[in-house]
Amino acid sequence: MQLDVINGPRHPETLLELPDGQRGVLDRLELPAAEARRLMELGFLPGSVVVAARSAPGSGPRVFRVDGAEIALRRATAARLILRSPSAHPAESPA
Amino acid sequence: MKACPDCNSPAPGRGGGGPPAPRAVAIVGPPNSGKSTLFNRLTGLRQKVANYPGVTVEQHVGRVRLAQGHEILLIDLPGLYSLTPRSEDEQVARDILTGEMQDGPRPEAVLLVLDSTHLARHLTLAAPILALGLPCLVVLNMADELLSRGGAVDAEALSRELGAPVALISAAQGEGLEAVRDFLRRWGTAPALTGLPVLYDVPRCRAWATRVGQRASYQAPRPSAWTRRLDAVFLHPRWGVVIFGLVVVAVFQAIFSWARPLTDAVQWAIGASGARIGALLPDSVLRSLVVEGVWSGVGSVLVFLPQILLLFAFLGILEDSGYLARAALIADRTMARVGLQGKSFIPLLSAHACAAPAILATRTIENRRDRIATILIAPLMTCTARLPVYTLVIAAFLPERPLLGPLVGTRAAAILGLYLLGFVAAFATARLLKSSILRSDPTPFVLEMPPYRRPTFRSLALRLLDRSKVFLRRAGTVILAVALVMWLLAHLPLAEGRQPPLEHSFLGQLGRLVEPVVRPLGFNWAIGVGLVSSLAAREAIVGTLGTIHASDPQARALGLQEALRKDLTPSGAVALLVFFALAMPCLTTVGVVARETRSWKWPLLQFAYLSALAYGGAFLANRLAGLLG
Repeated sequence: MQLDVINGPRHPETLLELPDGQRGVLDRLELPAAEARRLMELGFLPGSVVVAARSAPGSGPRVFRVDGAEIALRRATAARLILRSPSAHPAESPA
Repeated sequence: MKACPDCNSPAPGRGGGGPPAPRAVAIVGPPNSGKSTLFNRLTGLRQKVANYPGVTVEQHVGRVRLAQGHEILLIDLPGLYSLTPRSEDEQVARDILTGEMQDGPRPEAVLLVLDSTHLARHLTLAAPILALGLPCLVVLNMADELLSRGGAVDAEALSRELGAPVALISAAQGEGLEAVRDFLRRWGTAPALTGLPVLYDVPRCRAWATRVGQRASYQAPRPSAWTRRLDAVFLHPRWGVVIFGLVVVAVFQAIFSWARPLTDAVQWAIGASGARIGALLPDSVLRSLVVEGVWSGVGSVLVFLPQILLLFAFLGILEDSGYLARAALIADRTMARVGLQGKSFIPLLSAHACAAPAILATRTIENRRDRIATILIAPLMTCTARLPVYTLVIAAFLPERPLLGPLVGTRAAAILGLYLLGFVAAFATARLLKSSILRSDPTPFVLEMPPYRRPTFRSLALRLLDRSKVFLRRAGTVILAVALVMWLLAHLPLAEGRQPPLEHSFLGQLGRLVEPVVRPLGFNWAIGVGLVSSLAAREAIVGTLGTIHASDPQARALGLQEALRKDLTPSGAVALLVFFALAMPCLTTVGVVARETRSWKWPLLQFAYLSALAYGGAFLANRLAGLLG
């Protein structure tokens, strides 16, 4: 937290950190192959734009909008989906 | 990916003798694409639940009647995102499509149903399905929604791209079905396979789908404004939870109070018709068999049909409207505390109707250990078959008094307490299992939120009809058989050509055999016999007690409630309720669990565990209630 103050506002690094209503570009999925595959089938492909749609009550799963669908993920999973840093790549459409 | 077109054997030839079996066509598609709606549209009432031997599958199979007496067998497969199976459901769908499923009808053609409002993503499934090498009609469903929200697609261009015919339809409205029927009447050859992507490479498949979509001038629709507005309420951090609670309470309220008039009506009808038949028949063994055996046995169970249907109607509305996925989302946090996940919530909720379909519903849980844990605790949810027992015992022993205002009385509170007992036991058991033999890494909870849709009367009516058939078949077979066996046991062996006193009948002898085991729980021999018969079906104990007391001239004068007060001490009544709350529901459940887990280990473990729990719980309850007086 101290570093944030020094370096200015930090950009979200994972889907978990993405605030509700904001978008990010997915860079990679740091998950076991089978889980990553399932998420990719649902639209979480590297390079795709993901919007944090809403959070379930409490510390429950969060809903993300990706590829025209709304998908709920547990927070632990969302923390494994790494976002591109906004400076490196502008938002691009999937593949 | 194992499925390649070359490995598929040609469609098996039909045997020479007998009428030719109708050709089979499978309906495939991603979850929420409207497959089942299309299936119901095409088959109407000519459908049934079919079992593929040897495996866990229970599929909906229906007949479509086409012009000139042609008939097609339509198989509704579970939703798929790809042909790489992750859950039991998907495995089954894959095996049927690739012909690895033995003995079942092998589909000769495929209806690939895609949600046209999610076409780009859903097209990804087209690659592996077209690669099966079967004739295929690509059905773009929800075309009305696509257009009304400003989307567009060129069906002809898409057909050229895919090398397969394409039909734009709306299954819910019944629009465009002629094209589907045309295809079923006369399908062409398998699509020419050109330019399909490497199937196991998801990004490439997805890129291929995007390219195909672009060439077909696909224009994605605007997001559904209604779904966002409703989610703002149903998934609201505070109100979402409150609404969730209200929905659950409403479901239970429905079974307890709203079903009452219907239940009373059925009860009256059974009583009146039984008396009418009794008056028509001469006083003979036949009359005793029909009235005491069949009518009081089966009738006491039929009474519960309205409650069961109402519960299934509620579950159907919740599922068809899209709310159930939101409920799973809200429940996930609570389920995570005992080591399970939100997807376990749906089977556990439907287990309140009946454990057997709930156990089938666990197939969507991808993690096998989570799935088994859910199966093992599902019978602790209070199924509707237990309600007859609860209602009877509570009515006999607990006077109705207002407890919390006029709405909740002592009896409703007692039943709610029994539901709670089931919950607590289920969650404690889940915790125990998930921290010992079924420990696993936290499973990723991934669930697509379908858009909200208005449930149609048609699909709801079909569901209820389906359930009624299952229930009536059960009443007409298992319950009827138990009632007849009990009646016979109560009337044999003949003493000097006449019905023996009940104590000397086979039933009485069986009762004496069971009595030492159940005595510590505060039960007499009649209850013991009832418990044995309740293994066939939970509610059979009511029928059995009905038959026993109808066969006993002294008890016949009293009502069943009165008679029960002779069988049970008040503390024994508490023990009986606790026993029913915790015991394995019935042998059907044991069978379903064996089929679904593909082993006898789990159902036997479950049976032993729940029986020990029920016996121990009832023993304690009897002692405690005795102490409290």
